Amino acid sequence: MIEKHLSSQFDSDLNDVCSRLMEMGGLVETQIQRTISALAEFSVDEFNNVVDTETRIDQMEVEIDRMLTAVVARRQPAARDLRLLLAISKITTNLERAGDEACKIGMRVKSLVESGKTRQMPIGDLRVASNLAASLIQRSLNAFARLDVPAAISIYKEDDLIDREFKGFTRKLITYMMENPHIISSCLDLLFIAKAIERIGDHAKNITEFIIYIVHGTDVRHSKLEGIEAIVVH
Amino acid sequence: MMPSGAEKLAPPAPSKIAVRNLNFYYGKFLALKGINLDIPANRVTAFIGPSGCGKSTLLRTFNRMFELYPDQRAEGEILLDGENLLASKQDVALIRARIGMVFQKPTPFPMSIFENIAFGVRLFEKLSRIDMEERVQWALRKAAIWNEVKDKLHMNGASLSGGQQQRLCIARCIAIKPELLLLDEPCSALDPISTARVEDLIAELKNDYTVVMVTHNMQQAARVSDCTAYMYLGELIEFGETEQMFLKPERRETEDYITGRFG
Repeated sequence: MIEKHLSSQFDSDLNDVCSRLMEMGGLVETQIQRTISALAEFSVDEFNNVVDTETRIDQMEVEIDRMLTAVVARRQPAARDLRLLLAISKITTNLERAGDEACKIGMRVKSLVESGKTRQMPIGDLRVASNLAASLIQRSLNAFARLDVPAAISIYKEDDLIDREFKGFTRKLITYMMENPHIISSCLDLLFIAKAIERIGDHAKNITEFIIYIVHGTDVRHSKLEGIEAIVVH
Repeated sequence: MMPSGAEKLAPPAPSKIAVRNLNFYYGKFLALKGINLDIPANRVTAFIGPSGCGKSTLLRTFNRMFELYPDQRAEGEILLDGENLLASKQDVALIRARIGMVFQKPTPFPMSIFENIAFGVRLFEKLSRIDMEERVQWALRKAAIWNEVKDKLHMNGASLSGGQQQRLCIARCIAIKPELLLLDEPCSALDPISTARVEDLIAELKNDYTVVMVTHNMQQAARVSDCTAYMYLGELIEFGETEQMFLKPERRETEDYITGRFG
């Protein structure tokens, strides 16, 4: 990352942690893609893979935290190195949670398929939001790899779209449930799926906040977009 | 381009020492270039920077230590509570009573522990035997070494361990009740335990004194100081709150040095 340290071992430690994070990010992306296609096709073929990958993601979270602790203990990082390591720790947590959400989608799809009522469900509406959520996670990881703040901000803005889709979809589900009480249980599965997609978007957005923290040193969590843009321009 | 150091300094506390346009020469060599700096009262200020950047030189101008050498001179102003220390009418001995200094290597006098402390006090004050004993005990307590030496005050100062000797020197320094303490790499010859004791002591001392220290150990600056000044090639590059300096310094040069990318 950036310029080299006097100690090449320090560089190599930081690079190792970053590569491990990107690897974990890759797994989470795959996980999300898998559950999205399971949702689109109402298929449970990949369900076992989803569960296995979830376990691997959890292990990687622990592994990355162990690496971070070791670097902090041995190197006493400061300034941008310190910010990078703190941010990686937080990004790891967000990735792990995004993975959890994907896993939840997988389980709800299974339950939907088993209910046999998939045909009556307004599944098409979730397609846009789910693809967007997957793309936000992928782009947030790319933005992290390049420490690209403008890209981070554009992801930050796009998360609002998912939130709006979620609200619209919830309203629609309510009408479905009112019309046909027999599918309430399946509608609830779908509602949880929609919520999980919305959460994945939130995690992507959180990752972008840490990219801004690494580059600008300002903690922009819980800030308004205008405030964030002002910091970045400054 | 490096800044002159004259811009945007001064953390929010009344300044004990104000340095104004200070240039310092070793013969013809300009070792400090236009330094402007406000050192806050009752705080610990650390000077960091690579070897030869002028941090010890700057520290030594505060008590006019450089005047011991004929070809060294300083231009500009160093104001201690508004009074220019560099003005020739100032009595150097009095300045050094107001501004104590502790060096890199412990320098106990070749005399008893008690006399190490009492010697300096006698130069400036005439105390009765009881008052002197009280003063010695006070200084040793303040320097967190009393419990270790109270039963051997008659023993030679050099018989103590390195860490104890350094604390003895700090005790000697504060015994004359200076306003400002200058510490030039006070822990570089000490083991981690003695270092921790001295660092604790520095934190204690700032309640009563203004402390300025030079250190090569950046973690030490991060641990003990409230404000940090980064110097490079005789210029003050950045001065600010330590937390800010170690988390998000304003200048790229500071960040490179603090993160070990400098070279």
